[in-house]
Amino acid sequence: MNTKLERILPRVQKPARYVGGEYNEIVKDKTQTDVNVAFCFPDTYEIGMSNVGMRILYAVMNDLPWCACERVFAPWGDMEDELRKARLPLWCLESQDPVRDFDMIAFSIGYEMCYTNILNVLDLSGIPLHSSEREGLHNIVFAGGTCAYNPEPLADFIDFFSLGEGEEITVEILECYRRAKQAGWDKQTFLREVAKIDGVYVPSFYEHVYNEDGTLKQIIPLGGAPKTARKRIMQNLDTARYPDKMIVPSTEIVHDRMNLEVMRGCIRGCRFCQAGFVYRPVRPRSVQTLHDQAIGLLEDSGCHEITLSSLSTSDYRYLPELMASLEDYCQEKKINLSVPSLRADNFSRELMLKLQKVRKSGLTFAPEAGTQRLRDAINKNVTEEEILETCKIAFSGGWSNVKLYFMLGLPTETDEDVLGIADLVYKILKTWRENASNKKRGLRIHVATAFFVPKPFTPFQWEQQITPEEYTRRQRLLKDAMLSKSVEYNWHAPDLSQLEAVLARGDRRLCRVIETAWRRGAKLDGWLEYFDYKLWMQALRDCGIDPAFYTTRGYAEDEVLPWDSIDVGVTKRFFLRERERAYRSEITPDCRAGCAGCGANRLLEGGVCDA
Amino acid sequence: MPRMRFSKTGNAVWISHLDLMRALQRGFRRAGVLLKHSQGFTPHPVLSIALPLSVGVSSDYEIADFELDAPTDLAALPARLNAALPKGIEILECYEDGEKLKHLKWLEARLTLIYDAGVPAQAADQIRTLFARPSLEVEKHGKNGPVTVDILPMLHAYSVTQPDETTLALTATVSAQNPTLNPLLLLTAIEAELPACKPDFTRCHRIQIMNEAFHAFR
Ligand code: SF4
Repeated sequence: MNTKLERILPRVQKPARYVGGEYNEIVKDKTQTDVNVAFCFPDTYEIGMSNVGMRILYAVMNDLPWCACERVFAPWGDMEDELRKARLPLWCLESQDPVRDFDMIAFSIGYEMCYTNILNVLDLSGIPLHSSEREGLHNIVFAGGTCAYNPEPLADFIDFFSLGEGEEITVEILECYRRAKQAGWDKQTFLREVAKIDGVYVPSFYEHVYNEDGTLKQIIPLGGAPKTARKRIMQNLDTARYPDKMIVPSTEIVHDRMNLEVMRGCIRGCRFCQAGFVYRPVRPRSVQTLHDQAIGLLEDSGCHEITLSSLSTSDYRYLPELMASLEDYCQEKKINLSVPSLRADNFSRELMLKLQKVRKSGLTFAPEAGTQRLRDAINKNVTEEEILETCKIAFSGGWSNVKLYFMLGLPTETDEDVLGIADLVYKILKTWRENASNKKRGLRIHVATAFFVPKPFTPFQWEQQITPEEYTRRQRLLKDAMLSKSVEYNWHAPDLSQLEAVLARGDRRLCRVIETAWRRGAKLDGWLEYFDYKLWMQALRDCGIDPAFYTTRGYAEDEVLPWDSIDVGVTKRFFLRERERAYRSEITPDCRAGCAGCGANRLLEGGVCDA
Repeated sequence: MPRMRFSKTGNAVWISHLDLMRALQRGFRRAGVLLKHSQGFTPHPVLSIALPLSVGVSSDYEIADFELDAPTDLAALPARLNAALPKGIEILECYEDGEKLKHLKWLEARLTLIYDAGVPAQAADQIRTLFARPSLEVEKHGKNGPVTVDILPMLHAYSVTQPDETTLALTATVSAQNPTLNPLLLLTAIEAELPACKPDFTRCHRIQIMNEAFHAFR
């Protein structure tokens, strides 16, 4: 081992996350490969290694015999300090070679609050931050992940974006780079060629022109670039690459278990939820494929826990069959099978009561809003009756713990809706009194509220975010209405969500803000230990940017939106229609009940969703 | 109860005790050998490691006891497990009828003291003189804050050699339990009492553990 590194490791927290060597890690001889990629999830190892997409693409890239893909994560602050002190560049885990020695640096970006980590990782690697400062083919920086759907706040730093599901496009990108390297192209030629791949978006090929009031006037594609770049999807999940051997971290990570991806996309269409729209269309995996994957992964990894993951797993059409097919194996091998994101309907209710894990953590519901009117407005199809019925059965079965998640500041929300939350909580309390089989244990109801963040590619993408002050007022209003000792109320501070809203709907002018914030010390902003609101506000002021422009102002329906160059499949027309329905508190049935015409089916060969 | 002896070297030294437990449990599953599980609401596999190592310390002599769900050929187990474990953890042998853990008494460790600018003059002698004192009080972190202990009664034997210009090797046999002396406290003593002999970096390695009669613990 590098002796400098050996001396640092005893001084940092959880050193195991910096040395690699885990079971199933892939180490290649990089003198024998043509293209070497440093693959970075710009957050800590524990978060990054829990990401399924990262694991799929690690396999996809390393499947190519001529490519070596190694991992890198954002170091925690103590490690960063040590690196800077020792003047050590950031390295990749597999070989412990510096990131800057790799041909390409690929980022997987899942949420806005890790934008500064991207800059920090580049800087710690000794790689220039700006795309324009990186000349030649060495250290091409590209990015994918959910945040790539509004790539503009990162436009200055990332050479190009890869949109949508990466199994195929990543290979095409690497093949293009390989050709570029062999032919000795310059960077511009490479970017022009790579832009021809479906799903690649090169920000420097688009000019953004602003109106005097600061809104976008026009996005001009340059040099023949297409008006929009459309995301990629996998047509068939049964044949899509899913790793049969996954790295098993030697240190505990956030989701320390195997993951089965039962489907992609969500049939529900909750109007605030970006994931619900950008991952459309809905595509299930077959029971047979999942069954084989589950057993293969469990045997190979030695994990004793497996999760059936998706945006809404109880909507996986073949869930009963899948559970049945795994039941005996799990029983015999003492495997814990967990099903997250259950709903409160009949089927889930039975499942919930069956899965013993639930007993530990209690019942969890995410009604998101307190009244039926507002739940209809956001298209969250869960009713009070369903929740109370599930509670009733659970309470009589001995449960005594309920968690409820809500949002405050949703479009059209009134004080009545806020107080509706307290009302629902009170009804749950009453249900417990009437049905609890064991009252001695007492009831615990955990209520949590988050601050609504309008996101691109949702029906609420134009909405105003309420001010942090107003959020705080509503949150106090709710607190004062829930006086029972059985209720524990936790709320998110509004600061982070306000900034998240700025970054989520931001345009290119935010590149400078992100850089300024980073230069002032911002990093690991998703972590309470590090997030510094004042610093960000200062950075915005330094750049002459008013956060209100991106938050409380709201966007006009006819305004050019920064993310208009990106096509996620779902159309703007559909979002507008859904927005109007929201104002009328009208629900839209889920895809299984009937196609609502969102447009995502156009991405499918055949054009019909298998919802 | 079957017992295994294993080593922990290379980058695996950064795996903490709890993570090592998890890694071993998974190793068993990967090897297709199911550990017996405890009864109760949250059953957990029966596996325990004697004398947990500090993070960063390597070892050639770790002991873990475990129980299997079904009889398995213990002689063949190390090879099966080794194919299934992360780099740096190697099962050396598995056997039945190990000594009772209460007979585990001594621990032999090697501290490698590294001096970037060369070993200070007479450092080895100074260390020998230090350990020849009638008593040597060292401050260590106890459960309720720092406490002072005399380490010498727990130091059975030691030797100091200088394999090269920048390295001192301090090999020591210390009491492993009742009472326990963490060999790294020898370094603490050197740093506190002989500031001129403070190394730039120290590696710690567990060579073996022994019973009351100073035989390798089985
Ligand atoms: S096209 Fe229709 S069925 Fe397919 S995702 Fe959109 S609304 Fe659902």
